[in-house]
Amino acid sequence: MALVCLHGPLRNLAGGRPQQEVAGTDVQAVLRGLEDLHPSVAGWILDERGTIRRHINVFVNGERGGEQTAVCAGDRVEVLPAITGGA
Amino acid sequence: MTELLLGTKKGLFALEGDVGPGEFEITCRAFPGEPVDFAMRDPASGRVLATVTSPFYGPKIWFADDPGGDWTQAEGVALPEGGEQALERIWVIVAGEDGSLYAGGDPGVLFESRDGGENWQLNRPLWEHRVAEDWQPGGGGLCLHSIVPWPGEPDKLAIAVSAAGVWLTDDHGENWRRGNRGIRPRYLPDDAPEDTLQLCVHRMERAQRDPERMFIQFHGGVYRSDDAGQTWTAIGDGLPSDFGFPLALDPSDPDSAYVIPLTGDFDRVMPDGSVRVYETRDGGATWAPRGDGLPDRESYLTVLRRAFDRAGEGPGLQLYFGATSGDVFGSGDAGATWFTAATRLPPVFSVTASS
Repeated sequence: MALVCLHGPLRNLAGGRPQQEVAGTDVQAVLRGLEDLHPSVAGWILDERGTIRRHINVFVNGERGGEQTAVCAGDRVEVLPAITGGA
Repeated sequence: MTELLLGTKKGLFALEGDVGPGEFEITCRAFPGEPVDFAMRDPASGRVLATVTSPFYGPKIWFADDPGGDWTQAEGVALPEGGEQALERIWVIVAGEDGSLYAGGDPGVLFESRDGGENWQLNRPLWEHRVAEDWQPGGGGLCLHSIVPWPGEPDKLAIAVSAAGVWLTDDHGENWRRGNRGIRPRYLPDDAPEDTLQLCVHRMERAQRDPERMFIQFHGGVYRSDDAGQTWTAIGDGLPSDFGFPLALDPSDPDSAYVIPLTGDFDRVMPDGSVRVYETRDGGATWAPRGDGLPDRESYLTVLRRAFDRAGEGPGLQLYFGATSGDVFGSGDAGATWFTAATRLPPVFSVTASS
């Protein structure tokens, strides 16, 4: 299980907890697992293609990752809005 | 009392006021900081619906009983999973003739809701056209921005896409056909195929009392159709520029149309720094400027395609438009005179009015 950390509206959509355990072997699978646990999150982080939205950053143990970045048990997956959201 | 719902770059603003001198009152602001592309009040349910494209979390439709109340995210506003496209933006929501709601968006998609906006379904026949025919986006994206019902005929619908032209259905969206004959894009070579789909319609409306009469503001050109959108006739002569985005009609008069010309696609501000709405009452044979009460100098405003709406009809027709400058102007006498309804708002993306 990875430890998924959420902020802002994502945290509210995912039950209000700052972090929670989610199964998955890569970032995309973990985020899909998060959607299964909390259907309201669907469409907020991953789009219909399964792609991380352009202005969302996902970090695995502090390093920026992509959809296919491997995730191991105990890894910390943190989802944050990027600084590129526009004026 | 008239209610204005303004979609802006930094939230939804609800305003209330009476026509005449004096600004409208801002009664609430919702989605602070978020780009609100469009907002409207559903005449059937009384609900308010808003389309919000968070730069972080993507496009969503929300609904509420009151703009200052609690908002709920609608379901089903997405493309089929696993495809090559993602939903980019919802441009418009329009009430249909049978209590349904339609939403149009980028990339060239149409959704329908039959429960007051809580759940939405993608119109797949149109989507299949879009995939098979490789529609191309305009400068604002591949936006389905105009949805035009037929009064009393819920199965008939016309839509317009930038830049994939006009599409018509007579069977509630099961089958679609093009309605582009007569449109002459100046941005394509003269020998471009006559059936090209690269047609950048900016806004389309239908005359309520004569549904076969329609108007479009094109990317260079204003057109009228007298056969329900099958063929189009250019009617832009007499305008200072036939480039612009929004369009409004007086429901009481099928010969009426209002446009807000911009200098051209090379300079998308009002000509000569003068804010003017142009009106025709003879189907586009002649146009007259309407600017009494509007800024007439050093005002280089831009009005976007959904930032012009009307309420009522006839001599008391109310017209409202908002600019990217954050100014909102209104008229309570069919454009004869104008007043300032609001200033210093964020850039205005959309205006809807109800009274």
